[in-house]
Amino acid sequence: MEVVVLVVVIVMLLSAVAVLLFKDFLAALAAMSVVSLGLSFLFVVVRAPDVAMTEAAIGAGLSSLLFALALRRLGLWRGQ
Amino acid sequence: MRRFTAALFLLGLGMMIAAIYQHMDFSNTAVNAGQAINAVAAEETGAANFVTSVVLAYRGIDTLLELTILFTAAMIGGMVLGRRRVDAPRDPDAGFILRTGADLLFPLLLVVGMYIILHGHLTPGGGFQGGVILAVAFFVPLLARPGITLIDQRVVSLVEGLAGATFIIIGLLAMLDGKEFLTPLLDKGEFGALISAGTLPILYLAVGIKVGSELAGLLAHLAEAEALD
Amino acid sequence: MDILDSNMILYSAAVGLMLIGIGGIVISNHLIRIIFGIALLEAGANLLLLLSTYHEGASAPIIVDGNVPAMMADPVPQALVLTAIVIGVGILALALSLAIRVQSAYGTLDMREVRLKLEQEISDEAGIEMPSSSHAPAVITAGSAAAQQEGGS
Repeated sequence: MEVVVLVVVIVMLLSAVAVLLFKDFLAALAAMSVVSLGLSFLFVVVRAPDVAMTEAAIGAGLSSLLFALALRRLGLWRGQ
Repeated sequence: MRRFTAALFLLGLGMMIAAIYQHMDFSNTAVNAGQAINAVAAEETGAANFVTSVVLAYRGIDTLLELTILFTAAMIGGMVLGRRRVDAPRDPDAGFILRTGADLLFPLLLVVGMYIILHGHLTPGGGFQGGVILAVAFFVPLLARPGITLIDQRVVSLVEGLAGATFIIIGLLAMLDGKEFLTPLLDKGEFGALISAGTLPILYLAVGIKVGSELAGLLAHLAEAEALD
Repeated sequence: MDILDSNMILYSAAVGLMLIGIGGIVISNHLIRIIFGIALLEAGANLLLLLSTYHEGASAPIIVDGNVPAMMADPVPQALVLTAIVIGVGILALALSLAIRVQSAYGTLDMREVRLKLEQEISDEAGIEMPSSSHAPAVITAGSAAAQQEGGS
């Protein structure tokens, strides 16, 4: 069980670094969704199902939608 | 140079946080309110989900303030974004797959959202989670057909105001009885049934509808802003 | 210190997320990346707050089918983190709206150029030249120097 948690934590931290390093903002948005997914899994491991459901609905759903709409409005949608 | 000083700053910050947490064990906190709440929450509120009872009954004013913060953020977001020019060209409709998928998803998302809101005191879930799902449910058809106005902005504001007012009025009704603001009223009912735990499901319904309509309005406002390309 | 100790893994995940978020805010030049950094910092802080209630072998604070578990996790930080996540998305919406306004006001989202234009506007309003270094005193232009002399004497 600890090995699974370790793998998820490493993937999450690498995606968090990738959010800041990608030039294309669309790829950074996808990496942000991966961070939210890993975080939601960790919330279940810490025995907090309510918080995990909130993070899954908001982080992977609403936050990505907000970023995508704002990027489209700013003209950064097509990538560099 | 800037990156080097930033790296030094982060190193120092990491060491400071590690030093603080060396002396604090996990799960050995100084305040034992949580264990006390776990012991008495089932009899006092009648809700099977203790987090719901904490959010609505034991710390109800925190929820009220959080609704205020969300309302302020949505209002300022709406004020800051301008209006669309009336003759600006609209985006074309999406393809067949997205249109059909959106038509099928809309009722399913509504049902799932209302289920999560209404069963908030029995299973993990509640007003905030269900409200977010409702907001997304009202936004998906707008993605498929960008020209339609599925929700009128005035109706959304009216629903949001009514839901917020319901929350406060239920809280004030407790004061008529001589108890404090936001004390749960009504009979506790049978433990584990859908209609139980007094006013807690009604409060969560108000919270869910308010959050859902607010976020749906904000998303619709953000989506109808002109694309810069 | 056992590497595979579950507490240490979760704790380093939370602190690591916070540090990556702060690093993103400090180093980045583009406003959207700064907003990504804010979102990461918030995620790390929420995880750190929830770790204060985690025992091995505790169960979630819900009673299912009538059997009460022996030790339950603390519900108060969970309620607070629930609220904090929703507030975080509200702040994100506000930050993105303000970023849209910054772009329509200054034409760019690169923070270095925005700071230059901001300094330029403030100096134009106040009637002084732009500061070349932070230790140099402000040079008063001829028009307002004459007005000060008349007002003083």
